[in-house]
Amino acid sequence: MSDLALRPASPLGDLGVMVRRATTLTIRNGDALLTSLALPIMLMLLFVYLFGGAINTGTEYVTYVVPGVIMLCASFGASLTAVAVTNDMTNGIMDRFRSMDVSGASVLGGHVAASTARNLVSTVLVLGVAFLIGFRPSASVVDWLAAVGLLLAAILALSWASAAVGLLAKTPEAASGFTFFVMFLPYPSSAFVPVETMPTWIHGFADNQPFTPMIESLRGFLLGTPVGNSPWIALAWCVGILVVSVLVTGRLFKRRTA
Amino acid sequence: MPGEPAIEATGLTKSYGSVRVLTGVDLHVPRGSVFSLLGPNGAGKTTTVRILTTLTSPDSGSARVAGHDLVRDRARVRRSISLTGQDTALDELLSGAENLRMMGRLCRLSRGKAAARADELLAQFDLVEAGSRRVGTYSGGMRRRLDLAASLIVPPAVMFLDEPTTGLDPRSRAAMWTVITELTRSGVTIFLTTQYLEEADRLADRIALVDGGRIVAEGTAAQLKQQVSGHRLDLTLTGVAAFDGLAAFLGDRALLPDRDRLTLSVATDGSAGHVRALLDELDPARTAVARFAVHTATLDDVFLALTGHTTTAKEPAVV
Repeated sequence: MSDLALRPASPLGDLGVMVRRATTLTIRNGDALLTSLALPIMLMLLFVYLFGGAINTGTEYVTYVVPGVIMLCASFGASLTAVAVTNDMTNGIMDRFRSMDVSGASVLGGHVAASTARNLVSTVLVLGVAFLIGFRPSASVVDWLAAVGLLLAAILALSWASAAVGLLAKTPEAASGFTFFVMFLPYPSSAFVPVETMPTWIHGFADNQPFTPMIESLRGFLLGTPVGNSPWIALAWCVGILVVSVLVTGRLFKRRTA
Repeated sequence: MPGEPAIEATGLTKSYGSVRVLTGVDLHVPRGSVFSLLGPNGAGKTTTVRILTTLTSPDSGSARVAGHDLVRDRARVRRSISLTGQDTALDELLSGAENLRMMGRLCRLSRGKAAARADELLAQFDLVEAGSRRVGTYSGGMRRRLDLAASLIVPPAVMFLDEPTTGLDPRSRAAMWTVITELTRSGVTIFLTTQYLEEADRLADRIALVDGGRIVAEGTAAQLKQQVSGHRLDLTLTGVAAFDGLAAFLGDRALLPDRDRLTLSVATDGSAGHVRALLDELDPARTAVARFAVHTATLDDVFLALTGHTTTAKEPAVV
């Protein structure tokens, strides 16, 4: 009894346990892990070898497409967070954690951290394979750091957004529908073909959706070309998505557990 | 503090939209007792548990659990209770031991203490061999035992068990009953919900019958059974004419009349003299009654008498 009363609240300690939990679950969820690691590579090979020959971007196509594939891979990987969160909400474990005075934020934080780690691994894999098939970045150390920083910001923002979707979805199946939507979003952007080659009515969307400045910045950083103000727009998107997602998850969490 | 009840609730209400799930629940559960909330699906059992475990806030009413106010002292309540819900709240991809160690860490035990406690609990709940296997491979009974173990990492002052045996086969249920009975010896207060009369009868010191979001009766199993006449004389009649004649003769005294099966019942004290006198009164010509049986009241009869319907299940319902 006495150690019960003395037990101090420890949000950071809880977060540590939750990060470890989510990471272990990710590693053991073989199918999902394999998909999230293999899919981006398959997509890259598909674009480079099957479509790439017919696409004229003014550069070697692999060079053009790698930043897009990296973003696609980040968004898909992050979106899997939704499924993990919905699982926790529906199978009763969230109730148990809450009744143990573990905050919902640390449970979600664990999933977001695991998602970030998983995405970094898959990004490294994509870059490795890209290098093997002829991708030659010409980035300085500073460029690399900027690219990694922006990528981290994007993954973090998308993962929290996915956590919000996970709270919203009633079943894990519904949550996995979200991954499809997020995977589709990079297509109408400059990820795979230049926006100018698309019909004019779609330019407005493609130029102004969040993936375009993210991809343009990555491309600029990796290839050492001018980036203009893309990184700032991309960062603003990331911060905006992150702030809204954190607020929304807070609200949703209260409502789902009312 | 020592004299204070484990759970004290007054006037708890809760609605979801226009559905009134709880319409005013009062509870008084002494320390160290086993209290059972018994009722059919949808009676408000789970909502009551969710409120008392701080997962849901009541629309009105107040409650103290383990001496702490539910709303003002939420964190203290949470540190004094454990909850075992209807779902197995465990990670299927982790082993039994890993689940327990994780819960131990969340109870702020050191890594070493959490591991030691996990081993102890695995032994206590007969899961040593299964401990290193993933929970996904466990049977229903093993999951429930592990779930219970997880709620005992740090011995709670009040344990909430929400339908701990729903969906289990009879053997696993009997095993759970043994485990819960053993827990009661440790002096912990147990708040148990169930839709099985037998379960409440076997485990609980006091039982509250809940229906339509309110408590319709409360007491020990024996007290509740006394609320309906202690015994019942069940009669099987020789034909429809005999049935109709007797039903008309008895009027309100006829219990559970069933014209198709030609059965009806009357209240009795169960003594030979009273049964003999009843049979003579109801069937002076000795042609109407074919068979009779004396039936001792069950909680089901109490429930039927108080609510007009039975609890839904004696056997496991499909969840």
